[in-house]
Amino acid sequence: MSATETLTVETGIDTLDALEAEAIHIIREVVAEFERPVLLFSGGKDSVLVLHLATKAFWPGRVPFPVLHVDTGHNFPEVIEFRDRTVERLGLRLEVASVQDYLDDGRLQERADGTRNPLQTQPLLDAITAGRHDAVFGGARRDEDKARAKERILSLRDEFGQWDPRNQRPELWDLYNGRHTVGQHVRAFPISNWTELDVWSYIEREGIELPPLYYAHEREVYRRDGMWRAISDVSPAKPGEAIEVRTVRYRTVGDMSCTGAVESDAASVADVVREVATSTLTERGATRADDRISEAAMEDRKKDGYF
Amino acid sequence: MGALLRFATAGSVDDGKSTLVGRLLHDSKAILADQLEAVTRTSAERGFGGEPGAIDFALLTDGLRAEREQGITIDVAYRYFSTGRRSFILADCPGHVQYTRNMVTGATTADAVVVLVDARNGVLEQTRRHLAVVALLRVPHVIIAVNKIDLLGYSQQAYDTVAADVAALARELGLADTHVIPVSALAGDNIVDRSANTPWYDGPSLLELLETLPSLDELESELEALRFPVQLVIRPQGALAHDVDDAESFRDYRAFAGRISSGTVRVGDRVQVFPGGATTTVTGIDAGSDSVDEASAPRSVSLRLADQLDAARGAVIVAEGALPEPRRELDAAVFWLGAQPLRPGARVLVKSGTSTVQALVSDIVGRRDLDTLALEPAAALEVNDIGQVRVRLATELPIEEYATHRRAGAFLVIDPQSGYTLAAGIVTAPVEASAEERAATAAAAGWVSV
Repeated sequence: MSATETLTVETGIDTLDALEAEAIHIIREVVAEFERPVLLFSGGKDSVLVLHLATKAFWPGRVPFPVLHVDTGHNFPEVIEFRDRTVERLGLRLEVASVQDYLDDGRLQERADGTRNPLQTQPLLDAITAGRHDAVFGGARRDEDKARAKERILSLRDEFGQWDPRNQRPELWDLYNGRHTVGQHVRAFPISNWTELDVWSYIEREGIELPPLYYAHEREVYRRDGMWRAISDVSPAKPGEAIEVRTVRYRTVGDMSCTGAVESDAASVADVVREVATSTLTERGATRADDRISEAAMEDRKKDGYF
Repeated sequence: MGALLRFATAGSVDDGKSTLVGRLLHDSKAILADQLEAVTRTSAERGFGGEPGAIDFALLTDGLRAEREQGITIDVAYRYFSTGRRSFILADCPGHVQYTRNMVTGATTADAVVVLVDARNGVLEQTRRHLAVVALLRVPHVIIAVNKIDLLGYSQQAYDTVAADVAALARELGLADTHVIPVSALAGDNIVDRSANTPWYDGPSLLELLETLPSLDELESELEALRFPVQLVIRPQGALAHDVDDAESFRDYRAFAGRISSGTVRVGDRVQVFPGGATTTVTGIDAGSDSVDEASAPRSVSLRLADQLDAARGAVIVAEGALPEPRRELDAAVFWLGAQPLRPGARVLVKSGTSTVQALVSDIVGRRDLDTLALEPAAALEVNDIGQVRVRLATELPIEEYATHRRAGAFLVIDPQSGYTLAAGIVTAPVEASAEERAATAAAAGWVSV
């Protein structure tokens, strides 16, 4: 056989169609088999995408589960505004697990490095228990990190929210096994198989709205750890860190104290798709201080019940 | 761009699989600068290779701390890359620890499997076993990458020997579409580009081949009648989505949500609903808020029907005349993945499509010898065994033979207590063990033989 022969049969189903069909199937399976699902919703592009897919899965019905935001207190204001507007528009119920509440009453203590991402685990687990949620949707993708690359689409967690990577259930065909016992819950990742470029291509195709900081804008920033950090109350510059105005955008949106921006002129979705297609850095490598701590940073946090 | 291709890689220890995967990702530019920098740094720290800047590609794929520390791969890892022609999802299946479990996990969703063979060793026992799993699970395409051909001076004879062995094995196992490619993952020969070092090989490079193979959905899309397992019923009543303007016309909206598992559905089609077999007409197909005239596997849609039928999750909507035979007794091959052995009389759950029912493993017909695929007597199935069993279901299911319909013939065996997935199962034609085998089974189980 010569490679120039094309065996491809045209069915009109491209990569994005296949990924969409898979994600909607997963979302419906979880809603059908679990009592009280919830979606982790930060206003970040991946959780926005899962919510969009859920609206398609149940149209003309309303999305049949609430959303949960683990609020570190270090939020970008435009993301909170977007979160509230989205929840209002879709007629959803918003649950908030507030890290600040835990710090205020002493259940958690601020870390020396000021980063609050690792502090999210306890409020998250408490909110899952309080809401009696047996399934928790997340927007995690396997291409984000080497540990995530090994996680199942339905990932069983014990009562401490822990992931046991060495004892995962085999995941076969498109038959998802959601059996769990009292105290356990399942994390469900419908967009496991999407890449960053798939996400952006789909956002462009579907015209999905995102918080404005995903697109190029001018911002007061300073340089730290090879990343541009935004100036804010929770992320002040240290002496010696020069503050300057740059045209930047965010590739991920997380806690303001540890999420960096990248220099970019990509002001539209189409610009971003082009930029991502030619990027030479992974999104987490480029923008997340917390994932740079060690080679196993993500694995350790997942084992402890993090997303 | 062509349709998505999902493929799995498998090989024995030291066949160079991680190197092949790393090479494929690296040469197709799927590895970004920060990942490459981290791997190059770690390679140097651990003294990998002789040359400065040499990269241990295995570090790219071993995602867990224990894997990196022990230099082994524990679990299936998923990788993503694309070329100008196609996007790929790669399930990287480790070969030595629980290889059946990993192979089965990777192969059940694969359009193609790449099996590595060390050119110096040829087809080994484990190669045969990998190919047996691939054959039983009916993966559409099999690619044998004859690796380390550079270490044999790019010998055509070595390649020809493997190719002849593979051809014989393919006939024996009933493998449909088999390709054999001479490669060097370390040197990059025939991975992305065709190599000048193998002028005697006139086939495609590995990546060229992967770019052109039809996916399972493409192969099956026009071949089979409509089958649509119902996941849930959408009846919004008052709770309408924000973008529904005309609430009145959606007051009585009722549709069956699911993913088309085979065939095409068009508005106006006559369909039948399992259970019961009632016949009705498709009046609408909704894909999100878009109404479409037709949809094909593997799309997720909602079907509106002309008649108010009493159908719920677990029902299956099929083309008129294609109603499956309801079955309570199954002949099945099972890939046993549970730590505890399976014995006759085990009470389990069977999940097929959107139904989960109680079931009893009434009989273990035998265990497959993975070298010959012959059925040999067995009183129990141990972890990583492939066995032939009979299963009695508590409720009739619209389940079919896997050979004729993959998605309708695949099932999970689940432990009702722990919830663990005990086995991958596929429905087969009835298999009878011979009289001698049955007598031996009875003897092995300690029963009195008559």
